[in-house]
Amino acid sequence: MTIHHYDTVETFPDKRIPDPHQDAYSRSTLGFWIYLMTDCILFAALFVTYAVLKESTFGGPSSKDIFELKTAFIETMILLFSTVTCGMAVLAAVKGKMQSIRTWLGLSFLLGASFIFLELREFSHLVHEGFSWEKSAFLSSFFTLVGTHGFHVSVGLLWMAVMMAQISFCGVTVDTFRRLVLFSLFWHFLDLIWIFIFTFVYLLGVL
Amino acid sequence: MFGRLTKDAFIHDMAQNGAVAGMILGAIALIALISYLGRWKWLWREWITTVDPKRIGIMYIVVVLIMFAKGFADAVMMRMQQCVSVGDSFGFLTAEHFQEVFSAHGTTMIFFVAMGVVFGLMNLIVPLQIGARDVAYPFLNALGFWLFAAGGFLTLVSLAVGKFSIAGWLAYPPLSGLEYCPGEGIDYWIWSVQIAGVGSTLSGINFLVTILKMRCPGMTWMKMPIFIWSALCTNILVIFAFPILTATLALLTLDRYLGMHFFTAGGGGNPMMYINLIWAWGHPEVYIIMLPAFGIFSEVVPTFSEKRLFGYVSMVWALVIITVLSYIVWLHHFFTMGASPGVNTFFAITTMLIAIPTGVKLFNWLFTKFRGRVHFASPMLWFFAFVLNFSVAGMTGILLSAPPVDYQVHNSLFLIAHFHGMAIGGVLFGFFAGFTYWFPKFTGFHLDEKLNTYAFWCWFLGFLVAFMPLYMLGFMGATRRLDHYDVASWQSVFISAAVGVLIIFIGASIQLFGLFWSIKNRDKLRSGRDPWNGRTLEWSIPSPPPEYNFAIVPTVDQIDPLWATKRGQGPEQKKEYEDIHMPLNTPAGFFIGAISLIFGFAITWHIYWLAILAFVGIITCLIIRLSGKEVHGNITAEEVQRIEEAATT
Repeated sequence: MTIHHYDTVETFPDKRIPDPHQDAYSRSTLGFWIYLMTDCILFAALFVTYAVLKESTFGGPSSKDIFELKTAFIETMILLFSTVTCGMAVLAAVKGKMQSIRTWLGLSFLLGASFIFLELREFSHLVHEGFSWEKSAFLSSFFTLVGTHGFHVSVGLLWMAVMMAQISFCGVTVDTFRRLVLFSLFWHFLDLIWIFIFTFVYLLGVL
Repeated sequence: MFGRLTKDAFIHDMAQNGAVAGMILGAIALIALISYLGRWKWLWREWITTVDPKRIGIMYIVVVLIMFAKGFADAVMMRMQQCVSVGDSFGFLTAEHFQEVFSAHGTTMIFFVAMGVVFGLMNLIVPLQIGARDVAYPFLNALGFWLFAAGGFLTLVSLAVGKFSIAGWLAYPPLSGLEYCPGEGIDYWIWSVQIAGVGSTLSGINFLVTILKMRCPGMTWMKMPIFIWSALCTNILVIFAFPILTATLALLTLDRYLGMHFFTAGGGGNPMMYINLIWAWGHPEVYIIMLPAFGIFSEVVPTFSEKRLFGYVSMVWALVIITVLSYIVWLHHFFTMGASPGVNTFFAITTMLIAIPTGVKLFNWLFTKFRGRVHFASPMLWFFAFVLNFSVAGMTGILLSAPPVDYQVHNSLFLIAHFHGMAIGGVLFGFFAGFTYWFPKFTGFHLDEKLNTYAFWCWFLGFLVAFMPLYMLGFMGATRRLDHYDVASWQSVFISAAVGVLIIFIGASIQLFGLFWSIKNRDKLRSGRDPWNGRTLEWSIPSPPPEYNFAIVPTVDQIDPLWATKRGQGPEQKKEYEDIHMPLNTPAGFFIGAISLIFGFAITWHIYWLAILAFVGIITCLIIRLSGKEVHGNITAEEVQRIEEAATT
């Protein structure tokens, strides 16, 4: 077998952006959607667990005692806004504007990082108050559900850093563009999960 | 430095020392053999780094054979123990060791035998039957395999270092919690299943997209072979069930490692939630291993009846309905939980409903034979045995689905007999049928038919002798997982069951011998590309298939396209050879699998520095692999032509 390296941008010199109906591209996107659905099921299991254990406070604090809507609301806004900037980065990639991709991705990264910072601050605050995950089943399920989302966001941050490096080194190629689109799907998905967390955990928690 | 790993972990009783010594000697012998033959480079280039689904499929089968040997040894030990451990005699296994044995048996057989068979067969057959040259994500596929292998290997490691779980194959809490099982056993179980489970999810995504996106021109939904339909439904089940397993295991992990209270008896935890969650995965899992067997028989029966499958459309709908229903029956595994009559009734009815599509399938196979030209080749023998065993086990399943009956026989040997009827009489016999049927496709020669027949009769009779007594014992009040009992009258029945296992052992030995015998005499057993007068696309290409499967991507316009071609029907095919792009081999899957094994071992023993190092290693491998340019190999049209002309047989 002869080994044949090909960069598809060379194969399609007149097009910087691949045809979205091209086989490999649509296959990747479909597969990634299906992966997101598996992740969705995973979160569903955690949401159900939280719903079942929400009242199992075991003498510890209940959701009304510990949740602060203000932080959660700020976190929500930050995450929503980072989705907007992420979308702008994809639009910039369509136009092939390198500088603007870097700016928008960088902004998304900062927003994502500040979200994680706020979440960790909330967690450490709770632990300092003596309300750690060991206290009750309710707190276990709360830390796990919100923490799993936070873990996903952290993975997203790592991915974003890798994407920025890739785009800086390789430019917008068929591969990097496809990866950027998949990343954007992932980031939007996390946003959606957070909306559910905000509603079911925080909003319904303080009511 | 070594976490909880101390010298005690290496101290075992005689039986286990023997097994460990055997394992180590086997490994040394294997390494010596490969070195002697000078095959390391070949092994690395052709197998370990491969992304060819045909080779990955074969590697799945090899891992399955190893794991099956272990699971079978566990079964033999249990049968021996229960033969003698009555009254004043306590057998040769301690209660704790016995618990380890039955936990390991179930875990091995479901996660590392049945799941390996499912994905191994899909790797081998799916691309060939849909007229594809490859799967959708070759690297992901290889990664899925290596994670599966890593999980399996971790259970083998537990044999040599420390102990395995004592909490049964599903590790129910609170027994599996920190309070009652502080040791490494449950952690071994968690991490081997978790690693293999992630691999299964990835493989599931790969095969779903493969079937959705890579069928050859003209193969519309209702023209797919039934095996492909069964694979499609199986992968849908995998995708929507395995994440629940991942989450459930993660919660148990958090309970055990971080002192959380999901399933603990104290702290507000709820053990029954674990049981609900695990069976929300577990019942779809039953069909994940069962549906491919249905698919195999739907290929075998028409071929050996020389007749189109009866009721294709009803077969498809039966599969789809089973897929949907399998998500809403999980509670029948624990009717005795004490849910309200309304809840139990709902789950009893959904369970009974599954019998309808299943019955449809059985009758379709039987009607396929009606007025067909039935050949009694060994795949067909497995089918006949399957019909009997599956009907009996299905009927007892219907009995169990009625809550009042279930209350009587819950967790008794009656249940054990029922699900072994499904797992052996259904899944395993189906796999054997498929193995014999497709073996010539991938090797170019048959398995020795006479030995196959002997093995079949041993398995069939052995199964009946081993498991029919368990139905009786269940009614007599014997519960599962007994390391000792006081009722003297049970002993003779237990002995009969042990005799059955002995007969099965003879059958399995004949099969293994037959495999080597056939390899040795392969020149006499040459099969050609279409040994069975087949009906589907895989029989239209050389045996073994070339790397790219189809030199010319076929066009189809009906079910059983090859059968149509043989009769001069079917659409016109392209004639020109073309350049073929193939993915290049990569060691990334193997590395990630190997590091996952290290990770699993380190975290089981709380060696955190190593676990963190391994985790970072996995992430690094992934980033490197996923940052690279897409690189393909190219096989030129001339080369394709040369290969095709060399393989005219």
